[in-house]
Amino acid sequence: MSTLGLAAAVLRRDLALAYRRWGDVASPVMFFAIVSSLFPLALSPQRDVLQLLGPGVLWIAALLSMLLSLNALFRQDLEDGSMEQLAIGPQSLPAVMLAKAAAHWLVAGLPLILLAPLLAVTYHLPGSGVTALCLTLLLGTPTLSLLGSVGAALTAGVRQSGGLLALLVLPLCLPVLIFGARGTALAADGEVISGPLYLLAAFAVLAASLVPFASAAAIRISLD
Amino acid sequence: MLDAKGLTLWRGYQCLFEQLNFAVSAGSALLLRGANGSGKTTLLRVVCGLTRPETGEVRWQGRDLQRERAQLGQVIAYSGHQTGLKSDLSLAQNLRFAARLCGQGDDAWQALLEPLGLAASTQLDVRLLSAGQQRRAALVRTLISPAPLWVMDEPLANLDAAGRAYVLAAVDRHLADGGIALLAVHEEIELSAPSKTLLLGETA
Repeated sequence: MSTLGLAAAVLRRDLALAYRRWGDVASPVMFFAIVSSLFPLALSPQRDVLQLLGPGVLWIAALLSMLLSLNALFRQDLEDGSMEQLAIGPQSLPAVMLAKAAAHWLVAGLPLILLAPLLAVTYHLPGSGVTALCLTLLLGTPTLSLLGSVGAALTAGVRQSGGLLALLVLPLCLPVLIFGARGTALAADGEVISGPLYLLAAFAVLAASLVPFASAAAIRISLD
Repeated sequence: MLDAKGLTLWRGYQCLFEQLNFAVSAGSALLLRGANGSGKTTLLRVVCGLTRPETGEVRWQGRDLQRERAQLGQVIAYSGHQTGLKSDLSLAQNLRFAARLCGQGDDAWQALLEPLGLAASTQLDVRLLSAGQQRRAALVRTLISPAPLWVMDEPLANLDAAGRAYVLAAVDRHLADGGIALLAVHEEIELSAPSKTLLLGETA
């Protein structure tokens, strides 16, 4: 079986599973929506305060929401033995890992991007800021899924791994958070943000080409 | 031909096996026996490359099974304690995925459902099937795989008399076709093909 066909088959299976367990998929998205609408209520409804905080708050909420769903990324595969089946054969395990990360992005990252414009309005972000928020999320969240998949693969065999996963993954996500949030804030002030966008795109390409190999090695450790 | 040389494995402070050697030639089976906790499953996982032994190597036709995994192609069909089926997907979805993974078409598994008594359950979610039915479904994956080496961990668990007879007949057919089988079993089983027994847990 070709590597591409393998990745497509794993992606399709994971999406079918997400469709069957849509509650698990919906709760991190709801978390994102609720956490980011708590800030205007708790801080101050003043326009300039919200405009100042909006990009950072939305980006942090997106990061935490994606982290929330990472815990389950490999847990089931390990428990029901389907990861063993994938690891035994001659198939390329990195391709499987890339497909798993892609499936995670589709169910945990993409909905955030669709929801972000709505939430940006509650922070009085101008049009340029909303566009920038969506663009930075579009380029940044795939990197978060990929980096998170390494952590999830390493901690898949550990009980109560949520805290450990956050400790492993959050520091790695800092560059994405910095460029994503700052880029959005700069765009809201009317500046050109091609620099941060190019950097986020470079992170994404780098992560997509290197990270699957690391997650494949990590899942082999977890299977042992 | 499958052979293992000098396998040593520790689990925690317990030595499961030390300098273990065995060889199985085409058309014959190796039965692993031993008390619970004697390392049968672990040895099977070492053969599959899932667990790394401290020393030693497992070779297939003289080539290292672990290191040359990608070049050797589909060598192993493994059926472990876990079925490897997704409980939230239907039986048909699971088997279609399994078939695609080992490069087989849809018809390969559909022909097997009738003799295994699963024909009526294809659209059911796997979590709704009984333990025995799930075991039978996992067996389908081994049966459609082109792999010459079958590694089965307690293949008779949860099965009724008809199911056991079917598994043993399938193993016999596989051996008659020149395959190799590695079985961890507790029961006394009758195979018409030649078989050797490896007793684990007795420190020699």
